[in-house]
Amino acid sequence: MMIGALFALAAFGMALVWGVMNVINIAQGEFVVLGGYVAVLMAQSGIHPFFAIFVAPVVLYGVGWFFYQTIIKRVVDKDLFTSLLATFGISILVQQLMNQIFGADIRRAPHGFGTWGFFDNLVTVEQVKLLTALAALALGGVMVLFLKKSRLGQAIRATAQNARAARIMGIDTDKVYAATYSLNAAICGAAGAMVAMIWVVEPYIGLVYTIRAFMIAIIAGLGNLSGVVLAGLGLGVAENFAGFIMGAEFQIAFVFSLLVVILVGRSILLGRKREYLK
Amino acid sequence: MSSNNKPVLLYGGILLIGIFLPLALPAFQTQISVMWMMVTFALTWDILGGRMGYNSFGNIVFFGVGMYASASMQHELYFDIGQFEVISDQFNLQLTPEKYLFGLGLGMIVGAVICVALAWVLGSGILSLRGHYFAICTLGLGVAVGELAGTIDYIGAGSGMAAPVFPLAMGSAGLFYSYFFFILVVVTFFSLKWLYSTRFGLAINAIRDDEDKAEAMGLHTTRYKTLAWCVSAFFLSFAGAGFGHLNGFIDPLDVAFPGATFGVWMVLMAILGGKGTLWGPVVGALAFHITQEFFWSTLLGWQRVALGLMIVIVVVFFPLGIMGWAREKWPERFGHILEEESS
Repeated sequence: MMIGALFALAAFGMALVWGVMNVINIAQGEFVVLGGYVAVLMAQSGIHPFFAIFVAPVVLYGVGWFFYQTIIKRVVDKDLFTSLLATFGISILVQQLMNQIFGADIRRAPHGFGTWGFFDNLVTVEQVKLLTALAALALGGVMVLFLKKSRLGQAIRATAQNARAARIMGIDTDKVYAATYSLNAAICGAAGAMVAMIWVVEPYIGLVYTIRAFMIAIIAGLGNLSGVVLAGLGLGVAENFAGFIMGAEFQIAFVFSLLVVILVGRSILLGRKREYLK
Repeated sequence: MSSNNKPVLLYGGILLIGIFLPLALPAFQTQISVMWMMVTFALTWDILGGRMGYNSFGNIVFFGVGMYASASMQHELYFDIGQFEVISDQFNLQLTPEKYLFGLGLGMIVGAVICVALAWVLGSGILSLRGHYFAICTLGLGVAVGELAGTIDYIGAGSGMAAPVFPLAMGSAGLFYSYFFFILVVVTFFSLKWLYSTRFGLAINAIRDDEDKAEAMGLHTTRYKTLAWCVSAFFLSFAGAGFGHLNGFIDPLDVAFPGATFGVWMVLMAILGGKGTLWGPVVGALAFHITQEFFWSTLLGWQRVALGLMIVIVVVFFPLGIMGWAREKWPERFGHILEEESS
């Protein structure tokens, strides 16, 4: 269930990019996995992977900035499908590069935390899960404060409301876009570092995270943080429950089928509103 | 296309290539089959993606379903499927040519019927989504169906199933299937050419340009959208059945529902060639397949990286594709009259 908090982080980043830039970032999951590899590499070189929660965002901020300047910058004002396909290209590119560099094996970052027992060990909680969930919530809180209070955060929100008006008011929207995309990558990186500690990372798992983030973002709505957290936790619970009931081989199928069901259900609900057209 | 001789020469030339290329290059017959299959992919994707403005990442579903349906039909006809499960790894189904062809034909028809029915059912739900939501939903659909297929024991679950062995008496499988796929391309091309010239073509173009207006003008948009997806599914199921038999072994993730390869390629090929044109997907698929074969042989291991890079480059720098570029360069050859000249 704690994993839901991580989904929520990735979803928050996706909603941010979606809301501000009108780009759906398919490479979201790849950024998460890349963050995970940062933690794995740190663990290998003898540094405790928990610090990767602070290092991975910095690395991923750079990666996000690079992709913005080279690719996203050119498609951000094109039609929706162009940017979707461009991020899909980035996703394949990053995924395959990771496959070449780190190998296709499943990797994890050993953390060395124990478990806490409550009620005479009737309830056990792995320390690392609790710590990462808290870190995820703290990070989400910092993001919200940043968007509300800081100068750049205000510029980001202004651009989201009306990019053209923001440009007239003297906001450099290009810089805002760059910052938004890089911030999103940084959030994903932090989430990925946590994933590597409590779960595993492998090059091909990215798309699943993208789909999860997308689902949470559309259930919760754009820019609704408490909704994102609730939907994230809910998805975490639902997935574990489904994996428990139906068997682990259905877990990925479950995520993607749930996506189809949610989208179709959502369009039926929305369809009622536009019945006058029929 | 102004003079009448040009298309005849063009079609004649392509016909000659289709007939003699596999004979001239016997070592590459499988690649030639796959090349024609790629053209089919791009053409069928373009029905929705280019003509109707619905960008689907999930058309691969029909490819895989057609493949499984036809191969299962072969097994059902000539073999007890219960026994097949026990010895699926070692067993190779040997058939006489008559039985093989009959099973193949029947399997394809059954596959096509199943795919069209599936497209109808899925389409009536999914096609009411718009834009981003449709694209992501089909992306999810493609992966979900692949994962689900890996859990069904009847079709061999995760370990896959074997298609019947191509009978020795009929000669080379590569030659047979390169002709099969060439005929498929020809049939698909002319069916689509005809379809685009009818009311159906105009209707799906209207949906692409403005769906709400089309609906307000009295077009039954849902019906046209579903129909378009069914057409796409129909031809894809044949491609799937052919490829399953050509490949000989059907694996749920790598052969039947390869969303990360064929599923993406069909989008890329159509865009590379120029979406929304009839010749664009053909040109794009040929160009893509030939470059891709080049990558496979020289960039072993890095070809997927090159693929990702290629998607980005094509999308960012050549969104109009080859045909779109040609149309801008020589508008008069496409029957457009330049405004500067007329004024």
